[in-house]
Amino acid sequence: MSQPIITMNKVNKWYGEFHVLRDIELAVSKGERIVVCGPSGSGKSTLIRCINRLEEHQAGSIKVDGIELTDDVKNIEQIRREVGMVFQHFNLFPHLTVLENCCLGPIWVRKMPRAEAEEIAMKYLKRVRIPEQANKYPGQLSGGQQQRVAIARSLCMNPKIMLFDEPTSALDPEMVKEVLDVMIGLAEDSGMTMLCVTHEMGFARSVAHRVIFMDRGQIIEQNDPETFFHSPQNERTKLFLSQILAH
Amino acid sequence: MTAAADADLIPARRPPASETGALGWARHNLFSGWLNTIITIVAAFVAYKVIWGALSYTVFNAVWTGTPQTCQDMLGKGACWLAIQDRYRFILFGPFDYDQQWRGALVIFLFVAMVGLSAIRRFWGKKLIYGWVAALAVVLWLMYGGLGLKVVETSKWGGLPLTLLLAFAGIIFAFPLGIVLALGRRSHMPAIKALCVAYIELIRGVPLISVLFMASVMFPLFLPENITIDKVLRAQVGIILFTAAYTAEAIRGGLQAVPKGQYEAADALGLGYWRKMSLIVLPQALKISIPSIVNNFISTLKDTSLVTIIALYDLLNTSKIAFNEPQWRSFFFDGFVVAGLIFFVFCFSISRISIKIERVLDVGHKRR
Ligand SMILES: Nc1ncnc2c1ncn2[C@@H]1O[C@H](COP(=O)(O)OP(=O)(O)O)[C@@H](O)[C@H]1O
Ligand SMILES: [Mg+2]
Repeated sequence: MSQPIITMNKVNKWYGEFHVLRDIELAVSKGERIVVCGPSGSGKSTLIRCINRLEEHQAGSIKVDGIELTDDVKNIEQIRREVGMVFQHFNLFPHLTVLENCCLGPIWVRKMPRAEAEEIAMKYLKRVRIPEQANKYPGQLSGGQQQRVAIARSLCMNPKIMLFDEPTSALDPEMVKEVLDVMIGLAEDSGMTMLCVTHEMGFARSVAHRVIFMDRGQIIEQNDPETFFHSPQNERTKLFLSQILAH
Repeated sequence: MTAAADADLIPARRPPASETGALGWARHNLFSGWLNTIITIVAAFVAYKVIWGALSYTVFNAVWTGTPQTCQDMLGKGACWLAIQDRYRFILFGPFDYDQQWRGALVIFLFVAMVGLSAIRRFWGKKLIYGWVAALAVVLWLMYGGLGLKVVETSKWGGLPLTLLLAFAGIIFAFPLGIVLALGRRSHMPAIKALCVAYIELIRGVPLISVLFMASVMFPLFLPENITIDKVLRAQVGIILFTAAYTAEAIRGGLQAVPKGQYEAADALGLGYWRKMSLIVLPQALKISIPSIVNNFISTLKDTSLVTIIALYDLLNTSKIAFNEPQWRSFFFDGFVVAGLIFFVFCFSISRISIKIERVLDVGHKRR
């Protein structure tokens, strides 16, 4: 694959005294799709939130799309423009309609005329298969629909990288598939760089180029999905896999 | 559902009669035990006494026609509405030019109309705020004059128009100031935060009366001698500064209630601080804080009566001064009754609107 679009170099982070990320080394190539898994509290969310500076790292360096993440607000905003994020709890703006949610970024950040922004929003709402909900408010939609809107909202910014933080774990079981289907579709026909924290192993198998296992703030093991699932090396990985595959 | 499943369903029945209707309700709520029954009877007796007493004084025993002597005969037993009939123009408008008092009446009408419009859900939104600002401009023109109207100096402003102006202008200007203070108090910049905290806590720690005194007496001491600032304006500034601190705290409560995820989603889109606040956070926070802001406003409306102490002719003051005429002097109490009634009508209406807003916003939350 081509040159890395994200490079993390000896990244360390603490919450107070608590060492949450330890010597993280990670290089993500353009177009690569990575699934991050690991036990709860292992620092998965913190790791991907450092990439768009929702969390600040205290040591090491993170470079995204050629820009080093520092305190410089201009740099941060520039990176955030290129990095989309989908949250566990959707975080749609409840006072705006679905269409307005999607147009907000293009209009105010990309300075696009409203008509053009709406056209793009409709394009992506079609892509996540809910164009007919465009004028509803988020609260009127099901969880699965809300998450698909959240995906569309990120896509409208035409990002180079998409981050997903457990996008299906707050959903009722019958809605997980509709969201995963959208994400698989996105992976297959956009070639976008994706980092996804998830425990959906079927999803990992079908779209990921690489699976990363984290435990206690460290990257313990990483491999292509086939090797990762069939012949895990580390004891903790084995334990974790046996636990999540058991139920 | 299939017909077979329907057949199994127990048809809905009406609840037993004793549980419904006025009788059922009364039995359940008022007479459900001997203690409850006693409380109900005592409460009913007290309510009867109070209401009967109030009605006797203000209606049945009140003097509606006659001479001051008729009032004198009924002193202490019934209200002297005769005095009000004679002096109502002064109570309502104070020393405002007599032939120009229709302007004051228009001001009152304008404020009442705006309060009425504000209660209608269809009008809620940015336009309502513009409407209030426009109304305020018209009010100032009507009060002061110019542009074809005779100029009436602010020293002659008084009565209900002055009270309403001080209160409504107070809240309207305090609103943006309150937003800035609330944002400042939550700022990550220590200097800005400290400044806002100091301001808010200082103002909240002193009574309005002292703020008014400072605005009226001390403020001019700091200014060069040849510059004088209008007394009404000084009181108005005092009220705005005072109300802003409380508005800021109400808005801060709203800001705290906006989930962290909303800030993060806005950040993740690359919206900067101001866009994040104005497009995402404030619209949600203000909605949450509207009921407390309205409640603050009710206090502000009543607190304006304190401007009496810096010798402005607000409604309470005019109600008092109106009874300085020798023949009405004994009936000054009825002036306070009238002023109290007027305050009550305004505060009660606004309180109803506040309850309505609260209810609608709650429902809105459930639907969304
Ligand atoms: N803002 C915070 N302040 C303090 N501790 C935090 C904060 N956010 C997360 N943590 C702690 O850091 C650890 C890693 O959190 P997180 O990255 O959310 O883990 P994961 O996503 O893998 O479940 C957890 O133990 C969590 O309690
Ligand atoms: Mg997490």
